[in-house]
Amino acid sequence: MSSKIREVILESGIPIKPVYGPEDVDPKHEIGQPGEFPFTRGIHPYMYRQRPFTMRQYAGFGAPHETNQRFKFLIENGQNALNVAFDLPTQMGLDSSDPLAEGEVGRVGMAVDTLADMEVAFAGIPLDQISVSLTINAVAAPIMAMYFVVAEKQGIPLAEIRGTAQNDILKEYIGRGAWIFPVEAGVRLIGDTIEFCARNAPKYYPVSVCGYHIRESGANPVQEIAYAYAIAKEYIKRGLGRGLNVDDFAGQISFNLDIFGNFFEQIAKFRAARRLWARIIRDEFGAKNPNTMMMKMIAGGGGGGLTIEQPENNIVRGAYYALISALSGTQTMALCSYDEAYTIPTEKAALISLRTMQLLIEEMGIGDTVDPLAGSYYVESLTNEIEARIVTEMQRVEDEWGGIVKAVSEGIVQGEVARQAFAYEKGIQDGSIPKVGVNRHRMEEEKRDVALHAYNPDQATDAIHRTAEVIARRDSNAVKAALEKVRDAARSDQNLMPSLMEAVRAYATIGEITGVMKDVFGKFPEPVNL
Amino acid sequence: MTTKSIRILIAKPGLDGHDRGAKVVAIALRDAGFEVIYTGLHQTVDQIFDTALEEDVDVIGLSILSGAHLPIAEKLMAKLNQTGMNDKIVLIGGNIPERDIPSLKALGVAGIFPTGSSFDEIALFIQGKTLKVS
Repeated sequence: MSSKIREVILESGIPIKPVYGPEDVDPKHEIGQPGEFPFTRGIHPYMYRQRPFTMRQYAGFGAPHETNQRFKFLIENGQNALNVAFDLPTQMGLDSSDPLAEGEVGRVGMAVDTLADMEVAFAGIPLDQISVSLTINAVAAPIMAMYFVVAEKQGIPLAEIRGTAQNDILKEYIGRGAWIFPVEAGVRLIGDTIEFCARNAPKYYPVSVCGYHIRESGANPVQEIAYAYAIAKEYIKRGLGRGLNVDDFAGQISFNLDIFGNFFEQIAKFRAARRLWARIIRDEFGAKNPNTMMMKMIAGGGGGGLTIEQPENNIVRGAYYALISALSGTQTMALCSYDEAYTIPTEKAALISLRTMQLLIEEMGIGDTVDPLAGSYYVESLTNEIEARIVTEMQRVEDEWGGIVKAVSEGIVQGEVARQAFAYEKGIQDGSIPKVGVNRHRMEEEKRDVALHAYNPDQATDAIHRTAEVIARRDSNAVKAALEKVRDAARSDQNLMPSLMEAVRAYATIGEITGVMKDVFGKFPEPVNL
Repeated sequence: MTTKSIRILIAKPGLDGHDRGAKVVAIALRDAGFEVIYTGLHQTVDQIFDTALEEDVDVIGLSILSGAHLPIAEKLMAKLNQTGMNDKIVLIGGNIPERDIPSLKALGVAGIFPTGSSFDEIALFIQGKTLKVS
């Protein structure tokens, strides 16, 4: 009996005891009932018993017609939600013909120059039934405008359009890096899209705040939620600044959060986050409608947890991530493919991810009862502790860093996250953070070479050709006039969305539209703070 | 090289914004005692070249995840050779397939550090190379 009890400290810095009991659960923390404030146990009273989580996978191929085919394949296989990836030039507001786009057209996703490309990608996909998620940020406003116009042309009224745009620019400055304009202009565009949707497309989710990328960039689980919430609060303030009532739009802001690392730490993180969000929305913003107070999330198995070593282990990791996601009461689940640490996910790997989620809900009975971990001494105690730490970190953003816009503009959050990433990487390298197959149970294995998104130069040629044809056909005077309206709106405090919709309807290119906005807004001067 | 500390430029060429690796290596090398300058995102090869010149660095480390390492290396090496700056030690890190390593070396890239390389490996390599230079 002399062997020592191992010390455990979670990534968020929380020390863990070997045994928890009733004395560890502070009764002042309200757990409540599922579907009731503060929603610790889930946002719906019957959760998956009534409606299983949505299963979503990332897809997006170089050319719009390939993307369209892939979407149809996924829908036939039982997927009810689509996630669209765009190539880097599109994400950066560059046309396929731009010299800076060279070598990148269609590489990591779909190349979109004009409305014509979106019309092809979504042909035959009913946008009022299938929920499409657009992974686009800096140029989310013009891409959303294209999406809305495509729906319009399908005969679906704006008021009926479903779907989500990622449209979270603040996290781009922290991780992922697809930013263009200075922070203030970026946040103003978010305000424009929120206001436009609240007034015209109330079923659409205009913003998905991404703790995911913040964590993938190095933040610990507490920081992930704290920074995501600081960002979400900023967007809500912008919506209020447009004269909207919090209950008219804040419920349409959803969250995209990350899963990897310690099992219970993640589950407690989501339960704590849900409870805290309900309080923030009710007590700080005065919401009256319970729907506004519900934290709706996509909780996805993160690439950060996967390894190139012994890649089949990633299938097992994926299954645990899916279990975490289900035990955390997610609305939408997404899983990275086991092979994506070294290659472009194969169709087989993507299918295993889909089956992982399906067998959890259909075969294992994960959805039979709501929040089955509720009342666990450990889980409730950890939920309380994590919530308290998120609050403290949010206060730090406010009090020490002067708020999230200032902290991001000056690179303070970026520096904090980078240093955290360094500490983590050091821990992996010195073995103090265990990683199976990497610093534990390593094996001699056949060296797997990384495969990259193959670059097909024909894709660029085709895209450039396609757009040239569109340009030849369009009414150039209408384009010019529409772009001038975009310029005027950008200069004033008018909402940009109506003029953007007019510009995309006239088949203005993403490069032309972004160019006009760059003229007015300028570019983000990236602070380097390591 | 004994009195002057070694200066390293860590650069992120291209449109890809995943800078975790670049930043983490920059911090690690600074911790190891080097002077490190980080360019920030979305740099063209010309911008990287200009910064290397201005900052008078000994080492240029490129972080590339997008798959465009060959054309980027070609452009940068040509520029260094044309301007007589081929004493700069060029390193590339990121998603670099094994099969591309010989081509990169043939272009004059001194060291290639694919994802998963350790901080010590990189620091020792730079120390070894810069000692030889002096």
